[in-house]
Order: sequence, then C-alpha cells, then structure tokens
Amino acid sequence: MVEWLDPLILARWQFGLTTLYHFLFVPLTLGMVFIVAGLQTAWVRTGKLKYLHLTRLFGKIFLINFAMGVVTGIVQEFQFGMNWSDYSRFVGDVFGAPLAMEGLFAFFLEASMIGLWIFGWDKLPAKLHLATIWLLALSTTLSAYFILAANAFMQNPVGFEINEELGRAELTDIGAVLTNPVALTQFPHTILASMMFAAVVVVAVAAYHLSKGQYLDEMRTALRLGLIVNIVAFVGVGLTGDQLGLVMVETQPMKMAAAEALYQTTSGASFSLFSLGTPDGTSEIFSIRVPYLLSFLSTHDFNGTVEGINDLQAQYTEQFGPGEYTPIIWVTYWSFRWMIGLGALSALISAVGLWLTRGGRAVSDRAWKLAIWSAPLPLLAILVGWTFTEMGRQPWIVFGLMRTEDGVSPGVTGLEVLISLIAFTLIYGVLAVVEFKLIVRAAVDGPKEWAKYDADHGAEGSGTGSVDPAKLATVY
Amino acid sequence: MDLALLWFGIVGFFFIGYFVLDGFDFGVGMAMPFLAKDDTDKRVMINTIGPVWDLNETWLIVAGASLFAAFPYWYATLFDGFYLALLLILLALIARGVSFEYRRLGRSEEWKRWFDWMIVIGSAVPALLWGVAFANIIQGVAIDETGTYVGTLFDLLNPYGLLGGLTTLLLFFTHGVQFVALKTDGELKERAHALSVKAGLVTIVVAAAFLVWTVVQHLGAAHLAVIVGLAAAAAVALIGSWVANRARREGWAFGLTAATVVFAVLTILAALYPNVMPSTIDPAYSLTIQNASSSQYTLEVMTWVALAMLPLVLAYQAFTYWVFRKRVTRTAIPVAAH
Repeated sequence: MVEWLDPLILARWQFGLTTLYHFLFVPLTLGMVFIVAGLQTAWVRTGKLKYLHLTRLFGKIFLINFAMGVVTGIVQEFQFGMNWSDYSRFVGDVFGAPLAMEGLFAFFLEASMIGLWIFGWDKLPAKLHLATIWLLALSTTLSAYFILAANAFMQNPVGFEINEELGRAELTDIGAVLTNPVALTQFPHTILASMMFAAVVVVAVAAYHLSKGQYLDEMRTALRLGLIVNIVAFVGVGLTGDQLGLVMVETQPMKMAAAEALYQTTSGASFSLFSLGTPDGTSEIFSIRVPYLLSFLSTHDFNGTVEGINDLQAQYTEQFGPGEYTPIIWVTYWSFRWMIGLGALSALISAVGLWLTRGGRAVSDRAWKLAIWSAPLPLLAILVGWTFTEMGRQPWIVFGLMRTEDGVSPGVTGLEVLISLIAFTLIYGVLAVVEFKLIVRAAVDGPKEWAKYDADHGAEGSGTGSVDPAKLATVY
Repeated sequence: MDLALLWFGIVGFFFIGYFVLDGFDFGVGMAMPFLAKDDTDKRVMINTIGPVWDLNETWLIVAGASLFAAFPYWYATLFDGFYLALLLILLALIARGVSFEYRRLGRSEEWKRWFDWMIVIGSAVPALLWGVAFANIIQGVAIDETGTYVGTLFDLLNPYGLLGGLTTLLLFFTHGVQFVALKTDGELKERAHALSVKAGLVTIVVAAAFLVWTVVQHLGAAHLAVIVGLAAAAAVALIGSWVANRARREGWAFGLTAATVVFAVLTILAALYPNVMPSTIDPAYSLTIQNASSSQYTLEVMTWVALAMLPLVLAYQAFTYWVFRKRVTRTAIPVAAH
C-alpha cells in the first residue's frame, strides 16, 4: 500500500481538519448566544430601541454561524464510528454515555429553542420569547459541558474498569466521568475563551460603523460591551488556564513537559517565551526566558520540580513497554505559546481600546482598523489551544489505555478515508467562503433596515418605544 | 429487566422519531421542483418546515449517540461498514441544512438556484440511502469474526437494498407532500393534494413489494406472526392514508403516513430481532442485542437519564409544533425582504 493511502494518517488528518473546522463556528455560538441574550434582556427591560437593533444584528450573525456549527457537528457524532471504530468498541461503554446525555439534555433543547427564537418574535409573548434565547444559551453551554467531559476521558480516563474478557473499558462511576477534573477546568476555560471571540466580533462590527460615523448610539454601546466582555473573559481564561495547567501536570505530565520542550527534570524551571534552535533542546541558539515561571505554572511553587521528557519517556517505557511516548515537540511547544500570546494580545488591544474610547472619544482610522483586523486573534488562540490539547495527548487516543494507531477503523480503506477527506475539504472550503461573506455582509449592513423603520415611525436609535410584533416576524 | 432489549426499543424509538419527522422534511425538499411555481411558493414550502427541520434532524444525532452509548459494537460496525453511504448522507445533510438559512441571505437568482438544488438533492439522497442502509441491515451483510464489515458500497446496492431505498424515498416524498397540503393554502395546497394522491398510489405498490419481500425473507423466524402483523399494519396505514387523502382529510392522511413510517420501522426491528446486524458469512458472527450492548451499569445510567429527560423533551417539542401550528400563506412571505 502506498504511504499516502495509510488510513491511520488520513483518518488523523480528517479528524484534525473536521474538528478544527467545527470549532471555527462553535466559539462564536457559545459566546454570542450570551451576548444576544443579554442585549435582548436589555431591550425587554428598558424598551430602548438601540438594544433591539443590536439584538437583531448580532442575532443575525449568530444564526449564520449557528447553521454551520449544527451541520459540521453531525459529522463529529458520526466519525468516531466511521474512522475510529476500534476506538468506539473500546470506549463506547464509557464515552457514549456523555454523548447520549448531550443529545438528551442539550441538543433537543437547543434545536427546539433555536426554532422558537428565530420564528417566535411575533408568535410568543415578549418575555417568553426572551426565555427561549436564555434556554438556548443554557443548552449550548450544557452541550459544551458534556462533550468536554467526553474529551476529558480521553485525556484523563476515570470512572471505569477494564473488562479483560471483552477487551474494553466499562463505566463504573458516571459521577467520576462527569466531574473529571480535566472537564471541570476545561469547561470554564472553553466557555470564557468563546466569550472572548464573540466579544471581539462585537467590537469589530462596532468599530466598522463608528469609523464611518454611523449608528453612533448603538455602536458605542456595542463597542464598550465588547471591550469589557473581552477583558473580563480574558481574566477568567487566564485563571482557569492556570488551574488547567495544574491538572495537566497531575494527569498528563508529558504534555506539560512537551509544552516547554523540557527534556531534563528540573526544579525552579524557567519558561521560554521564545526560542531559536532545534526544539529537541540540544542546540538552542537564543531564547528569552522567564526564570521560575514553568515551575510556578506547573506547581504554584517557584522552586517546584517539573518532570522532563526524558524521565517521563523512561518511566512510560517501563510502564507500558517499549515505544515512543513523546508528542511532536515543536507542535506542542509553539501551539502552547501561540495560544497564550494571541489571547493576551487580544485582551491587551481591548484594554487599550477601552482607555482610548473612554467617554465616547473617537480614535484614528488606524485604531478602528486594528480593532476590526484583530478580531480573529481569540479564535486563532482557541484553535491552536485545541491543537495543543489534542496533539499533546499523542501517541495516546485514550491516555495510558489505547494508542491512536489502535483506534482506527479496521474495515475502512485508505481510499475511502481519502475520498471523504477530499469531500469534506471541498464542501467545508466552499461553505467557509460563503459563511464568511454572509457574516461580513450582515456586519456591514448593520441595523440599516431598523434605523429606517424607526425614523419612519418618529423614533431614533436612542429612543425608547414599542415595536409592532408583526414587524419582528422572521421567515426563511 | 432486560435493559439491552429496552434500549433496542429506545434506539428504535429515536429512529422512528427521526424518520417520521425528518421524513416529511425530506419530502418537502424533494417536492419543491414539482410544486413550487415561483419563488414565493418555494419560500412558503421552506417555511412550513423552517422552525422544526433542525429539531427533526436532532433525532438522528440522538439516535446515533444512543446507539454509541447502548450498543457500541453495533455503532462501530455499522458506521465503519457503511462508510461511503454514510458519507453521502452526511454531505447531503450538510448541504441541505445550510441552504435553508443561507438561501434567503443572497440577492441574486443564481444564488437561490444553487441553494434550491442543494435542498432538493440534500433531501433526496438521505431519503434514498436510509432505506438502502436499513434494508441491508435486516437482510444481513458480510461481517467477519472481528465484527468488521468486509463488503463495499456496491454490495449494499443489491435489489433488496435498492427496493428498500426506493420505498423510503417514495414514502417520505408522499409524507412530505401531504405535509405541504396540510400546512399551506390556495393553489399550492391544491397542487400538493393532487400530487400526493398520485404519489401515494406508486408508494403503495412499491412499499407493498418491500414489505412482502421482507416477510418472505423471515418465514423461518419464530416470531413470524409479529413481523407479518406489523407489516400488515404498515400496509393498512398506508392505504388508509391514501383513502383519507382522496376524501380530503389532510390531517388523517398525514397522520396515517406517519403511522406507516412507525409500523415500517417496527417491522424492521421485529425482523432484526434478536440480532442487530446479522452476518451473511456465519450466523455466529452476527451482532445481537445481547452481544453488542453496553455493560449493565451503563445501561442503567442511560435508562435513568432517558426516563427523566424524555417526557420533558417530548413536551417542549410538542410545544414548538403547537406554536407553529398555523398554515403558512403566501401573504406571510414579505416581498423583497430577506
């Protein structure tokens, strides 16, 4: 068989591609639903039209994005069985439970509420309609929790025992699976990071319109809201990320060692912000280091001991037999840095922006442009963060229990995986372009039609008033 | 209590829900070129399912996840084995799903035409392939001693599999066209009624052939009477639907095609029992309800979850359908707004 038709390699690429692609849309869904729900609550409580305009504008962006999250999510549910059937046989008894719970607790609720919210503006009383978006927020958040609990089992398997006769992991404690420390820290980390991305999308839209000097009343509100949410969420991301680091050292010490490319077990280990040279640590040319930081991140003690790759490799060889137990170091090393750096940069830009625009001050065109073009930063941070989490787990598909190469489907040929990889790449590529264009168009249009409607009815964006529910009706 | 058997029923229930509900979505999508005379008609049709298609499709996700949780070996063998068929279904569902939302956001005719075709094809492909897949599951496929399907996509396209596909295609088509008649008014409704009477006749012939063939394949089964009874109930419901439709009882007609889907899936489950995926290589390699299931503890946990959540889930889904119970009229579609 030719090398490039190796089902394992292709299945891994497919999982990486489809999962990261799915996660292009998920953060905006997870974060934006709270922003839209907050804006709609403000509209219902205050009757200020600007809140309605913003609800409708960001609601539209939310929906364009939501559709992509839904359809790419089905692929996720199916591909464990399609490409990773031996993995599914091995862990299904444990791993299937949180997925089925996700369906019963979250997906049905989500799908009901999205329909009621989109089409219910003129059919439900205002407060009941408001409740649907909050229930939607609850359901998307719940679904994140269950899927992260499933992922946490791959990182740190708990609540199971191995049935030797059947050769599979069997669930013994669902409570342990659902309160896996990895899930408990990964969950707020993911939600807050998603809030960051949704917040900067709001900032970017506001910056665009403010730079044109239009819809000032709405957009000043949106700008401050986005900037503040991004900064607050970043603080939360940092705190939860710190906890996640501690859990990671406990559960997957190799991942932390690989994050710093730390080969020798070290006390008082430094953290390199940047380094040049081969990442195997043998020929470092240049690096900027923060003393004691790695030890602090790993143990909350400046002189704490951090286990190195070589010792862990030796330890695992003894424990699991001969083999390679080290992830690809340059991937983990750089993805870890880019995750932190991109997220921090985004928060920094927001903090500066908040200061510069205080009291409704206008800023230069260049500053507005920066606010627009820096919007992808948190999303990129999230994507490299997931790359770190999943690549840092290698060579395991379930840490300590099953190697990735043993999980791939035995009945699937390389050609089949290649066909599906090409098909997904093509359809996802086309849809990404379409989706991006639609979101940009919605963002650029802003609250155009609403501003006109209000002007016709003698109210401006800053005014308060009631709106005929029939005018709010949405149809496909 | 035999929890594996209970979960065979629960997974079956989710697939029944999926086929009854997304079945009419598929039918509405497929019927667009036959029923819609202009863009407004198309939008009326799309809006009949607009608030619920995502909810209906979610039944598939829950069915798949329940299969994973309760029958991991069934899930693994089925999804690994029917790889390319499922890939086509996934691509179709992706294309269809985004089209409902994105079609209205474009400004050119060409844009709309693209998404119209994605809706039609994205509805027809799953409607056909689900039938092919389930017909092959009950007929049995080449599963080896490791529980791995060793055939190809083309092995699934055998006469019985194709007849199964044609049956679901036609059944969902009729089901959906009757839904259009139930949910619209005026000329569109009249056209839908006329089409559903014709489509219903063809469906009866093809579905009867499939049900008879299914019964014949299981003449040796110990519970043959159950299989025959369910197949007969499906046939009676389908004929009853056609009669009610002729008498212009739209609600009854639609309800009875829904009942047809219910009894057809029950027939399939009964024909499968006690297997979940019979092997044509050696009956000893067959996956059964007992040997494909999860551990007792997992099934207990999932049973509690299902018992707690299902009443709530069904209640708010019923509420959603109640909120959107009115017919969609052409006047509800704003001109040139999007």
